[in-house]
Amino acid sequence: MNMLLESFRSALESIRAHGFRSLLTSLGIIIGVTSVIAVVSIVQGLSHTINAQFEGLGGNSLTIQSYTPFKRALQGHRAKLRDRDIEVIEKRVEGISHITPVLFAQSGTRGMVSYRSQVTFTNIYGIGPSYLEVNSVFPQRGRFFTPEDESRRRLVCTVGPDVLEELEMPEDSMGEFIRLGGDWCKIVGVMEKRGEIFGFSQDNYILMPYATAKRLMGASRDLDIQIQLLVDDLNRLDEVKDRIRQVLRREHGLGAGEPDDFRVRTAEQLTESFNKVIDTITYVMGGIVGISLLVGGIGIMNIMLVSVTERTREIGILKALGATRQDILLQFLIEALALCMIGGLVGVAIGFGLGALVATFLPGFPPAHVPLWAVALSFGFCAAVGVIFGIIPAAKAAQLDPIDALRYE
Amino acid sequence: MSMAAPPANVIQLRGVYRTYEMGDQVLHALNDVDLDIARNEYVAIVGASGSGKSTLMNLIGCLDRATRGEYRLEGIPVGGMNEIELARIRNREIGFVFQSFNLLARASALKNVMQPLVYRGMPRAERRERAAEALQRVGLGDRLDSRPNQLSGGQRQRVAIARALVGQPAILLADEPTGNLDSQTSREIMGLIDQVHDAGQTVIMVTHEPDIAAHCRRVIRLEDGRVAEDRRQAA
Repeated sequence: MNMLLESFRSALESIRAHGFRSLLTSLGIIIGVTSVIAVVSIVQGLSHTINAQFEGLGGNSLTIQSYTPFKRALQGHRAKLRDRDIEVIEKRVEGISHITPVLFAQSGTRGMVSYRSQVTFTNIYGIGPSYLEVNSVFPQRGRFFTPEDESRRRLVCTVGPDVLEELEMPEDSMGEFIRLGGDWCKIVGVMEKRGEIFGFSQDNYILMPYATAKRLMGASRDLDIQIQLLVDDLNRLDEVKDRIRQVLRREHGLGAGEPDDFRVRTAEQLTESFNKVIDTITYVMGGIVGISLLVGGIGIMNIMLVSVTERTREIGILKALGATRQDILLQFLIEALALCMIGGLVGVAIGFGLGALVATFLPGFPPAHVPLWAVALSFGFCAAVGVIFGIIPAAKAAQLDPIDALRYE
Repeated sequence: MSMAAPPANVIQLRGVYRTYEMGDQVLHALNDVDLDIARNEYVAIVGASGSGKSTLMNLIGCLDRATRGEYRLEGIPVGGMNEIELARIRNREIGFVFQSFNLLARASALKNVMQPLVYRGMPRAERRERAAEALQRVGLGDRLDSRPNQLSGGQRQRVAIARALVGQPAILLADEPTGNLDSQTSREIMGLIDQVHDAGQTVIMVTHEPDIAAHCRRVIRLEDGRVAEDRRQAA
């Protein structure tokens, strides 16, 4: 232990004695670690925020969408989910607390909305009363839809706070009318603010009663809806999911060999697919960093070899004073290791600083977040590089014959 | 006998050869050397260059091993020792003083003297204390933090002597200790080595200067790897 401490102390002295050279030597390591920490901190910051947002969405919620396999689409078929599907799910599947249809009530992807001379585009959803619980978003002002609104297909809506802003409407716009396509619609409530994900606002949308939306879209048309629902017990999520599949397959009259014409997704799956993207970025970065650390390691080996030659006489002296091969090996190995670790430390610091800087200066960017595993992994990698590339110079030093080494000029 | 008395001879060489093979030529650097050196002797090894002085020195200092023959240091046969054991002997039983001082350039005088104690696993505080004491003894108590390049040649050799003696070795091995020093400084250093000997230390010195050899009580002259003369003299 004492010996290890001494080796470490003498390694630090030697690194300090050649300050500039040591800096240049570990530059490869510094750059490698800096880039990994910077990228990981930014990517993880993003992923952290997004996961937090998804958690708000509820881990026990399920979304069912229609899905047309490519082959069927070519044949002109178009899978749909209809009101009947909701009914059979409600009737046949147990363990569901809330269920709501979601109808995208616009012809394109986004509907045109206007108030006085202001025009904007937004998502318009026709929803059932359970939408609030399923998405855990509630009106901040005004009211939500009443059963009357639904049964009489009243032209009322609640809006996300961004819509008011876009249309330059006053904060208290309850009772004002906005124009959706060809119809006038009364604002009865304003939803609470949810903020942004990835710089995309989560507050730019309009909700209206399901029946109203259907009327706007043309009541006679065969519409495709989404179904969102909440499961009572998170532990039974998979069970409920399987049961829904079973019920819907029967309802749609699918034979044994036919694929599903719908998809049941959990909020978790949304997160997962996002996390896959994140993982890919991380792996690619890992590869780049691996290469740069390799290059850095070679630099360190090179300088350590030079250093061993330069210090041949010193090694001879140490051996004459009673250093064993192991002592010399340890000293040079620890020196290479210390070079790498210091490089790693500087890299982590710069990388974190860079990540924080990016997060501060880019608007709407989540704060940098460096997970402990990234730091640990960086240091682990640095240590491995130090040992792998330090062992050859250290072994060379240890093998020196003391007499030859003492005679070396 | 509960306590073995230390053997009278610190160094005992019996039929020692050190041969180098260069191509098909065989060179006997040491050729059948018998030698006994007792505790507290003051020995000079002299001889022309190529006579085997340095080889003998390296052998006694356990930096090298005999090709044939037996070397006992303090009664312990060194021939069969492995690298780690030899390092341990160098560390505990031998103090080296070199012509070119061989101090660690980057380390202070104190650190230079502390270094051999590192390999004994001695705690830092104790090392520091002993090294400071050793430097005090050679008259450098006020230069503990000086680096070798801030010291004169004589002072450097004093640091080297302090370093050689700090571990209380069985023998002090000096290889041309005054070779790089002017005559005034040489006298001072020889005075110091005389003191070390007077204090009971066994001293073996390689030199080619007659007036340095004159300090010693015994002069061994080597010729072609053999002991050509072994003469005792009064101080």
